[in-house]
Amino acid sequence: MKAKNLFVISLICIPILFSCEALAPQEPEEYELLDGPVENLNQAESIRFIEGDKAFNDQIFTKETGLGPIFTGTSCVSCHAGDGKGHPFVSFTRFGQDLPGIKNFLDQGAPQLQNRAIPGYEPETLPSGAPHAELLAPIVTGLGFLDAVSDEDLLAMADPDDLDGDGISGRVHWNDRPDYVKDRPGTISKNGKYITRFGKKANVYDLLHQTADAYNQDIGINSYYEPYDTYSGDKVQPEIDRKTINDVVFYLKTLKAPIPRNQDNPEVVAGKALFENTQCTACHKPTLRTSYSPITAISYQEFHPYTDMLLHDMGPELDDGYTEGYALSSEWRTAPLWGIGLSKDSQGGEYYLMHDGRARSIEDAILLHGGEAENAKNKYQNLSQQEKSQLIKFIESL
Amino acid sequence: MMKIFTSNYFKIGLYLLSFFYMETALAQEEQSDIEQSVKENQLNMDAVFSRPSLSFEKVPVALGGYLEANTMHRIEEGITDGLSFQARRLTIFMAASISERIKFLTEIEFENGGKEIAIEFAALDVAFHPMFNLRGGIVMNPIGAFNENHDGPKWEFVERPDVAVNMLAATQSNAGFGVYGKTYSGNWIFGYEAYLTNGFNSKIISNEEDKTYLPAYKDGDNLFEENFSGKAMFSGKLAFKNRKIGELGLSYMGGAYNKFEEDGLSVEDKARVNVFAIDWNTTIQATNTYIVGEAAFVKVETPESYTPQYGNKQHGFFMDVVQPVYKNKIFEWEDATFNIAARFDYVDWNVGKFKESDTNIGDQLLAVTPGISFRPTPKTVFRINYRYEWQKDIINNPAERAATWYMGFSSYF
Repeated sequence: MKAKNLFVISLICIPILFSCEALAPQEPEEYELLDGPVENLNQAESIRFIEGDKAFNDQIFTKETGLGPIFTGTSCVSCHAGDGKGHPFVSFTRFGQDLPGIKNFLDQGAPQLQNRAIPGYEPETLPSGAPHAELLAPIVTGLGFLDAVSDEDLLAMADPDDLDGDGISGRVHWNDRPDYVKDRPGTISKNGKYITRFGKKANVYDLLHQTADAYNQDIGINSYYEPYDTYSGDKVQPEIDRKTINDVVFYLKTLKAPIPRNQDNPEVVAGKALFENTQCTACHKPTLRTSYSPITAISYQEFHPYTDMLLHDMGPELDDGYTEGYALSSEWRTAPLWGIGLSKDSQGGEYYLMHDGRARSIEDAILLHGGEAENAKNKYQNLSQQEKSQLIKFIESL
Repeated sequence: MMKIFTSNYFKIGLYLLSFFYMETALAQEEQSDIEQSVKENQLNMDAVFSRPSLSFEKVPVALGGYLEANTMHRIEEGITDGLSFQARRLTIFMAASISERIKFLTEIEFENGGKEIAIEFAALDVAFHPMFNLRGGIVMNPIGAFNENHDGPKWEFVERPDVAVNMLAATQSNAGFGVYGKTYSGNWIFGYEAYLTNGFNSKIISNEEDKTYLPAYKDGDNLFEENFSGKAMFSGKLAFKNRKIGELGLSYMGGAYNKFEEDGLSVEDKARVNVFAIDWNTTIQATNTYIVGEAAFVKVETPESYTPQYGNKQHGFFMDVVQPVYKNKIFEWEDATFNIAARFDYVDWNVGKFKESDTNIGDQLLAVTPGISFRPTPKTVFRINYRYEWQKDIINNPAERAATWYMGFSSYF
């Protein structure tokens, strides 16, 4: 072979090869992603995080592995893509209860409608006249921090009788909890009730309660914790082991808090001041603090979720006539705002905000506020167009 | 009706002869005039016989096979698991001429270090007429072109086309029977295949891919002994070739895929899968550019109340463009060839819109793969590929990007 020919071939091949290498996708910046662990996990914790990550993001349930027979989603990730907010194609219809503490329609599938079924089975249908609400899955990052806030701190933020006269009267949800959950450090109970803090109505005690319930109600997977089949009502053998559920709980506890972006941008800085001036921070508390946690990386940490985890009357616009636990139908737990600017990346490029995704923009969401938030909404409406834009840019930066 | 010339019998005879007595045990490299003639008359459906093999004097058995190995380095969103060495598959084929008109051929594939052993083809052919041959056993369903023409050494890329292996189910083989034939007229060649075989099973809509996924049927039990639905699946193909233009194939495969009755009782509504494919290949004479591709469309009936994760429509295509850039004697290899090539892959595993949001369902893959190959002989290919892909999840979130380097070989032996 002639050297000239080899040279020509090399001239063709080598640039192609090396130009391709330069095109390899770069790792996104950490602040662009919702997923990923908190910093400073030890190696054993990292291993457990990975196990939980696999179960949460990779484990798909099928008919053969226990899906259904009636269900709403086939996996954790089908509701929480990228650990973010859910998309309307997997929403949850809760039904049966319109008054605090009184559960109806339990014999017709309440509290959650399993609107899908494996072949050969019929899904549930909403009973005529049943009070109900549609819910979208929430963002799951940073949950470990919210879980580690003490009951004492929640009670300190509550002002059920509006004693300070600011028009905001958030309250904790004194509620029942399942027997299988354990007290968190410093748990406070009152008349046999406990403070529940997760879920749109703050109806869920902790992340084990949430996880076991979601496997059962959303995917139709029975466990040691939730052994009753949603279709037959029978107590059946577990379809998932306890370790997997507890790994998922650990994963949820150790997902990092969303990282704010563009915090030095003048528009964002101005928006942050407006957020405070318009009284948004009365409920969307910027800063909370964890108490003791067996996970050192979470213990005694300050964090910025923009929630108080309390129930607030949100007015008639958001009153779907349905409730959970001892909340009123107009009461909703303050949604954490952290990560909201990244939620488009888990919702197919569009916003689906508020409990059921009805708000298609941050401004839509603000304007749906009522009740205790009526004053804050009015203050927003009185802002100039530029100020509104600054406030929204701040919220998107969270 | 097309007239069958006596010369066609001769060509078919040459073709079979070339397969079974293609080479002596000394494995001579040169292609004979007979082989060249055979090649011109081949369609994709002949690929199963169009392989180099070794035969032995006085033994009516021919042996052959191929081996594929490569390195792989994948970077997904900036994260890599490093370099892997892969020996993807070792395939062995064996053919026997049992009598004048009865032939046997089998292809056995070892994958994953021998953990997966698959009989991809094992059929008895009985020749009655060039236009009418019977085939029975484990046959490859004639859907698209790649399924029947998938030998690694024939392709310039390490990865197989996504549409062929991840949307369709190449290599897809099933137990069954059928007929095939070919005829010629001037520059035109026409071929057909029609088989009744076992079909898919309900794993195609219940699998860990969380999507309608035809290859999942392979995870079923007793594939070659039991037809899951109890109804035969039809697969058939019409192929047209003009020696100066190229080949076009139109194929269909369909049938019930679920077990809708058990013990005489209805347990599910009967559900069908229908697959249509079109394939093509041509060589632009002026530049000697070879173009090959395949597009497919899948329709799967799914219960209305099932999850939209499992779509009822899919489509996709791939196209390879291969350009020889240097052909000469290198060392002792006559006509050693360097090629540059590019592959385009696209698959949409879930075509349609969410009724809940009226937005498009995602679950799509787009990939571009430039490559360089070196063929010291037509039977051996060394290849370097770089694949860049964009994969969207079901709700159309920003695509996950991945880039993969491959370097490896594939060779008949």
